Amino acid sequence: MKLLVPIKRVVDPYAKVRPLGDGSGVDTTGAKFEINPFDEIAVEEAVRLKEKGVATEIVVVSVGNSSCEDQLRKALAIGADRAILIETDAILDSPAVASILKEVVESESPSIVLMGKQATDDDCNQVGQMLAAKLGWPQATFAAKVEVNGSVATVTRETDSGEQVVSMSIPAVITTDLRLNEPRYVALPGIIKARSKPLEKRSATAIPGLKTTITAVELPPARPPGRRVGSVQELATAIKERGGI
Amino acid sequence: MSKLLIVAFDASDATSSVGFANALSLPYDVLLLSGSSTACGAEKMSSANLTSLPAADGLAKALKEFATGYSHIASPSSMRSKDVLAYLAGLLDTGVVTDAIGVISPTTFRRPIYAGSMTATVEVVCNPVVITFRPSNFPKLEGGANGSEETVSLAIDTRVTIVSESSKGSARPDLSQAAIVVSGGRPLKDAATFESVIGGFADALGAAVGATRAAVDSGIAANELQVGQTGKVVAPNLYIAAGISGSTQHMAGIKDSKLIVAINTDTNAPIFDAADLGLVGDLFSVLPELQRELKQ
Repeated sequence: MKLLVPIKRVVDPYAKVRPLGDGSGVDTTGAKFEINPFDEIAVEEAVRLKEKGVATEIVVVSVGNSSCEDQLRKALAIGADRAILIETDAILDSPAVASILKEVVESESPSIVLMGKQATDDDCNQVGQMLAAKLGWPQATFAAKVEVNGSVATVTRETDSGEQVVSMSIPAVITTDLRLNEPRYVALPGIIKARSKPLEKRSATAIPGLKTTITAVELPPARPPGRRVGSVQELATAIKERGGI
Repeated sequence: MSKLLIVAFDASDATSSVGFANALSLPYDVLLLSGSSTACGAEKMSSANLTSLPAADGLAKALKEFATGYSHIASPSSMRSKDVLAYLAGLLDTGVVTDAIGVISPTTFRRPIYAGSMTATVEVVCNPVVITFRPSNFPKLEGGANGSEETVSLAIDTRVTIVSESSKGSARPDLSQAAIVVSGGRPLKDAATFESVIGGFADALGAAVGATRAAVDSGIAANELQVGQTGKVVAPNLYIAAGISGSTQHMAGIKDSKLIVAINTDTNAPIFDAADLGLVGDLFSVLPELQRELKQ
């Protein structure tokens, strides 16, 4: 069984980023880049499925410029078998990425596409669902547990009010939530071994036109500075005065 | 002609959509998937009366049929709306604006990016426009009577079987709608302590209970209580953060609260920078005393 794991290169989610001076976008100068943490959870889950004997091959794919090679190598170090970079400098939105990934799925024929529920830069939470729809595949988003038995995937999904267990025939798209697993630490031998794993560069046959464009980026309005109070009585009085209760 | 379809998963979705619909300034219909019809100023209210919500693929296919002719399709942001509406957009080959917090024009929206640390203006050049929006960022409005009412039957064709569903079904108010939210972090130690200290305080005030990601990850609180960028976004009148340091991730979920109160033993906790009122102290002694003072 082949698994395809799309990964996105994002600014380190713990780094402080600001809008560009002219407000036209995000200033990523000097920023450190990582695999989108939710995608890293997907890579880890794929590797665990392989270790359990469920999966036989893990292919990771990224869409973007040549710098994405760093994140693909990291995914190979975690345990993916080979990597594909769909190389483009174009600005892409979720529908465009989903269309490009659909081509990759059609050429690779994986049984499951496993990917993060959202990227920590644009926080869109769209690509997995759009890809499933374009392929006509079932999906299970917000996965907290994944089990694959023969041709059936059983997924425990996080919901607004608790959990839901769903089952579906593969092929299918599964998007990962935080509590699915904790990605392993990759030691040096894994990183060295990853250098010799295959990384293939392809160009997308056509870059789809954009349906959404970011025209400006700004900081949200700052809250006025707060006040420290010295006692519980003072706190209760201030809460009442300010209409909190 | 431009017209908005509100996809309401339940009646509370319908009533919390009025502010957004008004901000968009387009005539609107409501498709109510489950629950009883409610007055929300729709030109037409269509009730589907689904007893349980089918999986996203089936629901999205039915919505695609139903939504023909609408220029805009929108739902309040939730895990279920993101699940379904992005699949719908894939079927319609269109784009989605996730978590809209402002409407500049019917094709230009504002939304948070990078865990709410920045706000992006997004222009859409597609039809229909699919949107999930955060009701707390739009005025709370009464919609008035609906123009017309009908019941509709949606044909559901899904390839996903829902095996089981567990909901903690709490008697407490819903986190994303509550007027008061009290949240706890890791200092609550264990699930029983969390429930008695945070839960007890919340019940005394009629508040909803929230938790940090750290508290959820360590098993102290249930995952649906998580407040933050990857959990629920809340905007109550009063948000009380007890034993919460104030990670960026958590702050993204609470910054639209009207009054933020922080209680923490660590005088340098970042939460104090964001809080309107801060008290350095031990939540285990402060909360019971605060409860008495507030009830007076």
